[in-house]
Amino acid sequence: MSRSQARSTLPKALRKPARASRKPSTAATLRTRLSDADAKAFGEALDAIREQTLASLGEADAAYIRRMIRIQRGLDVGGRALIYAGIFAPPAWIAGVLALGSAKILENMEIGHNVMHGQWDWMRDPAIHSSTWEWDNTCPADQWKNTHNVEHHTWTNVLGKDRDVGYGILRMSDKQAWHPYYLLNPIANALLAVFFQWGVALHDSEMDQLRTTGTLKPESRAKLKGMWRKARKQVLKDYVLFPALAGPFFLPVLAGNIVANLIRNLWSYMIIFCGHFPDGAETFTEAEIANETRGRWYLRQLLGSCDIEGGKLMHVMSGNLSFQIEHHLFPDLPSNRYAEIAPKVRALCQQYGLPYNSGSLTKQFGSVMKTVFRLALPDRMPRLATLG
Amino acid sequence: MAISTQADSATSSRISRLLSRSLVKPMVTPLVPGDFLELVNPLRFGRGLRGRIEQVLSETADARTLVIRPGRGWRAHRAGQFVSIGIDIKGVRHSRCYSISSAPERADGCFSITVKAVDGGRVSTHLVREAQTGMLIHLSPAEGEFVLPSVSADPLLFVTAGSGITPIMSMLRSLAARDAMTDAVLIHYAPTPADCIFADELRALAERFPQLRVHLVNTRATGDAALSGHFSTAHLEQVCSDWQTRQAYACGPRALLATLDAIWSQAGVAERLQVERFQAALAPANAGAVGGEVRFSRSGRLAQADGAKPLLEVAEAAGLAPAHGCRMGICHGCMVTLKSGCVRDLRSGHIHRDSGELVQICVCAAAGDVEIEL
Repeated sequence: MSRSQARSTLPKALRKPARASRKPSTAATLRTRLSDADAKAFGEALDAIREQTLASLGEADAAYIRRMIRIQRGLDVGGRALIYAGIFAPPAWIAGVLALGSAKILENMEIGHNVMHGQWDWMRDPAIHSSTWEWDNTCPADQWKNTHNVEHHTWTNVLGKDRDVGYGILRMSDKQAWHPYYLLNPIANALLAVFFQWGVALHDSEMDQLRTTGTLKPESRAKLKGMWRKARKQVLKDYVLFPALAGPFFLPVLAGNIVANLIRNLWSYMIIFCGHFPDGAETFTEAEIANETRGRWYLRQLLGSCDIEGGKLMHVMSGNLSFQIEHHLFPDLPSNRYAEIAPKVRALCQQYGLPYNSGSLTKQFGSVMKTVFRLALPDRMPRLATLG
Repeated sequence: MAISTQADSATSSRISRLLSRSLVKPMVTPLVPGDFLELVNPLRFGRGLRGRIEQVLSETADARTLVIRPGRGWRAHRAGQFVSIGIDIKGVRHSRCYSISSAPERADGCFSITVKAVDGGRVSTHLVREAQTGMLIHLSPAEGEFVLPSVSADPLLFVTAGSGITPIMSMLRSLAARDAMTDAVLIHYAPTPADCIFADELRALAERFPQLRVHLVNTRATGDAALSGHFSTAHLEQVCSDWQTRQAYACGPRALLATLDAIWSQAGVAERLQVERFQAALAPANAGAVGGEVRFSRSGRLAQADGAKPLLEVAEAAGLAPAHGCRMGICHGCMVTLKSGCVRDLRSGHIHRDSGELVQICVCAAAGDVEIEL
């Protein structure tokens, strides 16, 4: 696509909410789901859950995160050792790759993501603190905290504000107007899954502006530089130094590290896409959230997020993002507490007649995949076809 | 023994420096080698300075001496200095300063602090009740200017009360260990004989060194001692009439130190008095306080704040531009160190008053006068 073409035919809906929202809708909206009084009471009930949890934090929680960190570091060291052992005994290579992949998943999800959210700041341990943590990922912590903690968690699912909706390259909501580019939706999606850590790393630099303006603003260039300063260390570690240490067996070690990173990429992509894109998850426009109260902010977090049901291991390996609803309501409460908070939130939803989107990994991911394919094609409804 | 310990730690610090500089650092990025090694031995390889409690000695009903073996990176203190001890209570890190009570000449490479449980003092109470052999603690390097001059023949006077004896004990033990005891008078106050920390050892020192005179004064019980009751100029005149000519060191409660300051100033010999003051780590709880003067310690600016306006907005109105994100307490992007005073979390009403604590300024307002690092 040439630059001039890009300018004239860019998918505006990526940046601006579609006008569809101006039309009165028959479906329940953010406004009509709860009366002002109910929204207030709903918010206060959630505030109470938050306070209750905060007040009960203690030694056992601190022991939990430290144990996770120990396990993760053990898996990291053990995994790399096994990959080397795989030079002589191939089954060890497989075990090593799985261990290293798991270490990266734990580090990025249950530890890094949650520590950077400030979930463990209450311990006042400078070594496990949102202001100091750097994670095992090509994306630098400061950029992650901006796109994720600020943009995504404050503006969850608000089109044009939360750039996690489609990550600037996908059409994940039918409020995003269709454009021929989106015929590539499934392919772009697959590429994002495979190179997820790079997608995350490039996110704060807003690379999609290349398509819209043909150039990068100075802040984005600076961010790109900052990203590369971090990413090159990660590349050097996983793809140069550890393989080089194996001498003539450079390639099997390199392959092991590539697969471990791939495992982490695919898994974290899947969990994260199940958080906001399954059927039923709602997106919003800026107009809808004008003068949003705390109660209605909670409501938006609930309506925009989806849980995944599963066993304990699944929850830990997802960084407890399987409790995406609880995480979005209380992004800075320790992740090990989401499991006990979930039934309280579910009961509250029942009380107020609100949906609580929860399902198995297969169900949630299946519906995400359907959306990816369905939204690749233009909508049949004429009302939407005229947009953009 | 002491030499071998030092050599040991010198070797291990050389080794870990080497590890860091070599290929290991890029291989463990974004962590550092210490993050892995401390899982094996936190004392030797940990990221920060650590110590292990080797012994817990009971001094009085509410005072314990903790003998601590410092890990790699510790440098011997000077008698009179203090150390910051960090421990986790209910999962939360708390740090407090304690004077070291042992002499730097101690042969086993350990040092000791002596802690008296203070009413409402979370850390001191925890240390007195829960400290156990084998417990790991966080340490800061020894610091402080409350030390004896390295070369001096001046006669000395020590005035202490309660746990204020601890830095002086380190000095006396050091003088004794070096056999360098000079002409010295100690007047130490404790409520009753049973509350007097180090009583036996002080008496023994006085017996061993005729040039050291020790007066243990009870403020509550009247014994057969020459002195009783709280400190007064009369005490001073009675047992140490030449006090104005001595180099004086004092450590104890605020009220005592204020009295001494006034007396020495009035006599025109203020420069002969050195006091050790511990700033309270906790601001006095004033649950009712709303708003106050906000001091921004780095920029030196001042502002008045009401109890409802988040400190982030107060700072912005004062012309500062603190880093921040969501402005609603969820992203933790605006955390700033609380230097002194109290702030109130506007969401929960929770009061933060621990100096050194990081607080979210987008959802915290002044609860009384407050100083934050901006």
